[in-house]
Amino acid sequence: MDDLGFIVASYVITFGSVALYARGMMRRARKAARDIPREKRPWL
Amino acid sequence: MSKDQATSTPFTKGLGFFVLLGMLLLIILGIFVSPADVNQGESVRIMYAHVPGAWLAYLAFIVTAVSSAAYLWKRTRSLTWDRIAGASAEVGVLFMGISLVTGSLWGRLTWGTYWTWDARLTTTAFLFVTYIGYLAVRGLGGTHQQRARRSAVLALLAVLEIPLVHFSVEFWNTLHQKASVAGRGTNVEMNGLMLFTLFLGVVVFTLMYVWLVLHRQRSLMLEDMLDDSGLDNALNERRAEATRVGN
Repeated sequence: MDDLGFIVASYVITFGSVALYARGMMRRARKAARDIPREKRPWL
Repeated sequence: MSKDQATSTPFTKGLGFFVLLGMLLLIILGIFVSPADVNQGESVRIMYAHVPGAWLAYLAFIVTAVSSAAYLWKRTRSLTWDRIAGASAEVGVLFMGISLVTGSLWGRLTWGTYWTWDARLTTTAFLFVTYIGYLAVRGLGGTHQQRARRSAVLALLAVLEIPLVHFSVEFWNTLHQKASVAGRGTNVEMNGLMLFTLFLGVVVFTLMYVWLVLHRQRSLMLEDMLDDSGLDNALNERRAEATRVGN
């Protein structure tokens, strides 16, 4: 497979960027949640 | 409280599990199992990440516009709509970026260049920059209501670019191929397994989008609450200070 590098890079960039975004988002959410009581979060 | 309960619920945990499973299956089918294309060879495997990324970006920006309209309409006005709009735009920018980068890699293999000022590529880049601008506008100062109003107006204007991007391959002569699955009068001439893998990609990306928007919308709500409590604290401090000076 001559194009393997490009193909693998596509998948790594796709799922890697989603994973990085999700990680950053969760981190920000956890930081914000520290000062917000549980009863104020309607989804819990 | 466990570490991950800030925005998680049993539903999002279950959804996250299915997303991971779907991603794994997509990688296996996309890279190892689905056949090579008659014309494009192995490079067609990039399609299973590129096409769902582009479709999901469209969906995300349309959801942003619909939520923005719901915010602007007095009967449904709620900051929840504004947060959904913001979360969806952010995730849409992510997917559009993915689509641009994977498209560029695919273009290098099929056209021999990473980038060309082709109508589809140029309009897509313009759409991407527009929504980065939308996110920047959301970040400007003011109350939550001011943020919601100005970004809702912008979202309703920005979404008008989507038909231009989508039909750019019909309006102009472009290097980019026309719609091969969901176009008008399109006869799908694709191997069954390739079509299935592409469909799986769209499903997995859609579930991923729902998971990301649910979490981001909740995270934005927490940030807004934090903002409000910060403002309340500052006001209370000022009142206490004024009382001390008065006494």
